[in-house]
Amino acid sequence: MLKEEDKIFKNLYNSFGWEIEKSLERSDWSNTKEIISKGRDWIINEIKTSELRGRGGAGFSTGLKWSFAPKEVGSRPHYLVINADESEPGTCKDRDIIRFEPQKLIEGCLIAGYAVNAHTCYIYIRGEYFNEGNRLQEAIDQAYKKNFLGKNACGSGWDFDIHIHYGAGAYICGEETALLESIEGNKGQPRLKPPFPALVGLYGCPTIVNNVETIAVVPTILRKGGKWFASLGKPKNTGTKIFCISGNVNSPCNVEEEMGIPLKELIEKHAGGVIGGWENLQAVIPGGSSMPLLPKNVCDTITMDFDSLIANKSGLGTAGIVVINKDQNIVKCMARIARFYKHESCGQCTPCREGSGWMWRILERAGRGEATYNDIDLLENVTKQIEGHTICAFGEGSAWPVQGLLRHFRKEIEKNCVGEPTFKRKKDIPYLVDQHLLESENA
Amino acid sequence: MSIKKIHDQQPETFEFSKENLDAAEIILKKYPRDRKKSAVMAFLYLAQRQNQNWIPLAAMKYIAKYLDMPYIKVYEVATFYTMYNLAPVGKYFVQVCTTTPCLIRGADKVVEICKKKISEEENTLSENKLCSWLEVECLGACVNAPMIQINDDYYEDLDEKSTSEIIDSLLQDKPLKPKSFRNRINTAPEKNKIETTTNKNA
Repeated sequence: MLKEEDKIFKNLYNSFGWEIEKSLERSDWSNTKEIISKGRDWIINEIKTSELRGRGGAGFSTGLKWSFAPKEVGSRPHYLVINADESEPGTCKDRDIIRFEPQKLIEGCLIAGYAVNAHTCYIYIRGEYFNEGNRLQEAIDQAYKKNFLGKNACGSGWDFDIHIHYGAGAYICGEETALLESIEGNKGQPRLKPPFPALVGLYGCPTIVNNVETIAVVPTILRKGGKWFASLGKPKNTGTKIFCISGNVNSPCNVEEEMGIPLKELIEKHAGGVIGGWENLQAVIPGGSSMPLLPKNVCDTITMDFDSLIANKSGLGTAGIVVINKDQNIVKCMARIARFYKHESCGQCTPCREGSGWMWRILERAGRGEATYNDIDLLENVTKQIEGHTICAFGEGSAWPVQGLLRHFRKEIEKNCVGEPTFKRKKDIPYLVDQHLLESENA
Repeated sequence: MSIKKIHDQQPETFEFSKENLDAAEIILKKYPRDRKKSAVMAFLYLAQRQNQNWIPLAAMKYIAKYLDMPYIKVYEVATFYTMYNLAPVGKYFVQVCTTTPCLIRGADKVVEICKKKISEEENTLSENKLCSWLEVECLGACVNAPMIQINDDYYEDLDEKSTSEIIDSLLQDKPLKPKSFRNRINTAPEKNKIETTTNKNA
């Protein structure tokens, strides 16, 4: 279990107050000038030593990402963009950082901005977090008043400004290129990569996009040293992470823990255990709704870090853990997630736009017990046609949870998929997907 | 992508109020001078707040002119994002999160209460014209599920009783304050629950 002194977010529940005076007591901003004076290469190397991996879902090495930014500023300015468009079902960690530890984020922005040669930072916060956005603006204003931001920020000789940009309820804007499109004032539809944002990003300029949690842990890492961070957790999966435990547990909560903590320990120690006891556990979604679910026998032993979850064909994602116990109908739960992806598909490319609707309709039918025996193969086929054929990774994110369901709960769906196909029942429903079979018979 | 209906009765004209004109100038300063278009999302919010929480077509035309961009581009943005209301909503706009983490903790019961107390259909005003409700996707407070958003505020940790009380208070135009309705401290674990369960296991 993580020791109290190793916790980075000491004010996760607002026990000590979020205002700048209170955060100064928690040693935020204590030697920022000294850190920055050590130079870009030192900062990036120290982050590489810490083996910090991005906390937004993909788990890409942060130090490596920063080193992709051009070393010299050419004719185009550099930008730093913070992704606070937290919309992955099961995830609510960035909200707490913004509400209760805003100075950690702001200080991280300054250091990261210096490291990647950016004078301007945009924080893209989801529109629903209106009050949280106001809080963050207040915190930014407090930092400006103390000269921690603005011209010669914090005495470092670096000019730095932070602006907030509100989203407006589009899940897809959590994808980095869609987010940039959205800041530019367009529909949030992802761009093709490459070129990657590090070279051609916001307004066509080099841009580094990072998650809130990634940036907020940076000052503490530099203060305590990359080696300290690397000593926590497991090799290549280092440090601490905020886990959001929701669903059928006795005491849902956010908690900061070491990477690589066993899932069972996490749920029983911090979240008061599964409702009805551990034996009543049906499945766990380990990293936000995009990640395939894990059945109980895997949950017994799995540890929560990037690599061991990938080995079990899932992923840590955002570490939003959704616990589903045996009182729930698993097919209906996943049908609801499929509906989420149908609603949030940006509509740009066909496999995701159409496929997410197909998956939802089939799962809905299966949940009602009206599906036919060939629906299950159709469902698998659709997920395979989405995976790997979309512009952005979020398309795959819609197919993975359904694939996870098919992998582990095939029997549950099969029980519901017993009806004869509609064309055999001679039922004339013009919009049904297998209607074309009727026509071919007539042809 | 959301399917949204444009309201059939549109006002002829729209103009930013004095305060919003000042706010608009402050927003424009955030972006590079030749990238005025970036302000379109913030401007639509301003228009929405000024016009009883919905955006008329005239406002989109006004914003397009203000930012030197084609009207269709503003229309595109306003119809793409779900948080822009293109038809009137109630003074108290209730958004019920029904995505899986909320659903498995009883969001369907919250929806039933909204149907019974506000209106049978989504996006329809209640009898006294004060309230309307809508099912939405994840609002990012999964640990405090089930929850609803009323205008800007999050009402968390609900059950059937507290939801009924909240909706009743809205219908009487005396809204309850937003908070955790299980009296939790933000997203901290509830200690008493953990203790009782460990005692049971022991």
